[in-house]
Amino acid sequence: MRNAITSRRGIVTLAVFAVIASMPVLGPALGQPFYVDVFTRVMIWGIAAVSLNLILGYGGMISFGHAAYLGLAGYTIGIMSDAGIDNGFLQWPVALAVCGLAALVIGAICLRTRGLYFIMITLAFGQMIFFLGVSSDRYGSNDGLPIYSRSEFKLGGAELDLGNGTLFYYVTFVLLLASIYAVYRIVNSRFGMVIRGSKSNEARMNAIGVSTYRYKLTAFVIAGVMCGVAGVLMANFERFVSPDTMDWPQSGEMIFMVVLGGIGSLFGPVLGAAVFLLLSEFLSNIMESKNIIFGPFLILVVLFARGGVNGLLGSRAERRG
Amino acid sequence: MACWGHGRNVVAEPLLSVKGLSKQFGGVVAADDLNLDVLPGEIHAVIGPNGAGKTTMLNLLSGQLKPDRGTIRFAGGDIARLSPAGRSHLGLARSFQITSIFRDFSVLDNVALAIQAHDGHGFRFWRPARGEERLRGPAARVLEQVGLGARSDMLAGNLAHGEQRQLEIAVALATRPRLLLLDEPMAGMGRDASDRMIEFLRSLKGEYAMLLVEHDMDAVFALADRITVLVYGRAIASGTPEEIRADRDVRDAYLGDDEAA
Ligand SMILES: Nc1ncnc2c1ncn2[C@@H]1O[C@H](COP(=O)(O)OP(=O)(O)O)[C@@H](O)[C@H]1O
Ligand SMILES: [Mg+2]
Repeated sequence: MRNAITSRRGIVTLAVFAVIASMPVLGPALGQPFYVDVFTRVMIWGIAAVSLNLILGYGGMISFGHAAYLGLAGYTIGIMSDAGIDNGFLQWPVALAVCGLAALVIGAICLRTRGLYFIMITLAFGQMIFFLGVSSDRYGSNDGLPIYSRSEFKLGGAELDLGNGTLFYYVTFVLLLASIYAVYRIVNSRFGMVIRGSKSNEARMNAIGVSTYRYKLTAFVIAGVMCGVAGVLMANFERFVSPDTMDWPQSGEMIFMVVLGGIGSLFGPVLGAAVFLLLSEFLSNIMESKNIIFGPFLILVVLFARGGVNGLLGSRAERRG
Repeated sequence: MACWGHGRNVVAEPLLSVKGLSKQFGGVVAADDLNLDVLPGEIHAVIGPNGAGKTTMLNLLSGQLKPDRGTIRFAGGDIARLSPAGRSHLGLARSFQITSIFRDFSVLDNVALAIQAHDGHGFRFWRPARGEERLRGPAARVLEQVGLGARSDMLAGNLAHGEQRQLEIAVALATRPRLLLLDEPMAGMGRDASDRMIEFLRSLKGEYAMLLVEHDMDAVFALADRITVLVYGRAIASGTPEEIRADRDVRDAYLGDDEAA
């Protein structure tokens, strides 16, 4: 019984990933080649949501400024490209380092607060970085910054050409799997047990001899860097970055994806990103404002499906328990 | 304040020694110039009516609260400004009056996490912690010791109330403390369960020093080497169980009706 139920979740998750994996073939075969683009976005947002889930789902840190890292990574790529540096071996590490450093500073301050204050102050930092983008006339301010060439990866005679849509798709796919695997390892490690313990009962964690601050800050930085990976991919995919990339609604949507997919579940955030983006793609074809649907939808998920999509795939006993 | 038994205590150096400890919440004086010590291996019980400041005292000792005034010497140094985590590493462990466990962890995970906290290597990001014999082995032994061996794999939040109280003690023991601060370990337990807990605490006697806050008078008189009576944040009496039983002020202030019944 239990196996059958576990495998229902297993089968659906596996099926979703099989669909994702085969989309570059499946999309054109179905006469819908733009699906490849849609699913590239699903994967990029999936990585972002997986990274947010590490701190939100496993660590109980409700960051409302996580989109900042999408923008920081994107602008780093854009600015370097603007300065004539297209070498990905330089661009990517610099972009991720910028995200890590930003997360270190933001986290060091925000993690001194709790609850609602934490949410508000991460939001404030996110908006500060947003305004930094808005006020940078040199880099397009509100209009954003076009990125004329994708990151170049040349080693000797070999080249990884990210301009090739299929190749880019599978690079993204591998990075998505890698980020899920990294989270899987991290949350089950000693470090992960501390993070989850702090979410579960911080006073108890302190009483058994753990000062949680350094652990939470480390998790915050890891999540920032991981979200930076999504930002790097997004900049390369859209060939464009703008302040909107890191405006607060983007952070909100990322939280929505995590909640929708299943807080604190391994694959949930990816399922959440998929449902969210596919639904908004569908809705934007048939109506003006998708939020008329999304608002009530979120309320229903929170009220009746706490575990999100991932929870719905579980057993009935699990949902009750 | 009535004081007895000082002659008996001059030999051993106290493990914990509290002097002039005070804490106010707005107008409420929850700890009023408290002086108290615990000798190595001793069970020192603190009794007093609800709101007397017993939990506040334990919070001050474990570091959840910072005192307004006073010193707390533990194992030779003043710890009054140390964080709760820092005090845990010096050998201070506590149980909470309101059960405080990791409810969504398994019973074994609860204890293993406490073992890990004192193993000194929390910044390991890759190896599965649940596969580490170094953590699971000692954790399983502590669970056997408190009688929860058969519950290892259960979710802690699904344990019966009495078992959660046992787990609370197991988590404290797993940190290998020198002094246990116990806040009403028998709270909410039935007669049988609380008798078993008394027996269990008795079995730990001598191995650990304990500061035992407890409402259950049977437990206190069965276990304590010394008793301090707290009323409105003040220690109004301190002495052996016999001395406390015989003390007039204590009977009037607190034990009175209880003992007559
Ligand atoms: N965090 C707090 N803030 C304000 N008042 C408190 C706080 N903790 C305890 N008190 C007050 O201090 C007094 C002592 O409480 P407590 O230490 O819980 O007593 P006991 O454990 O002996 O029942 C009570 O009057 C209580 O209301
Ligand atoms: Mg109390």
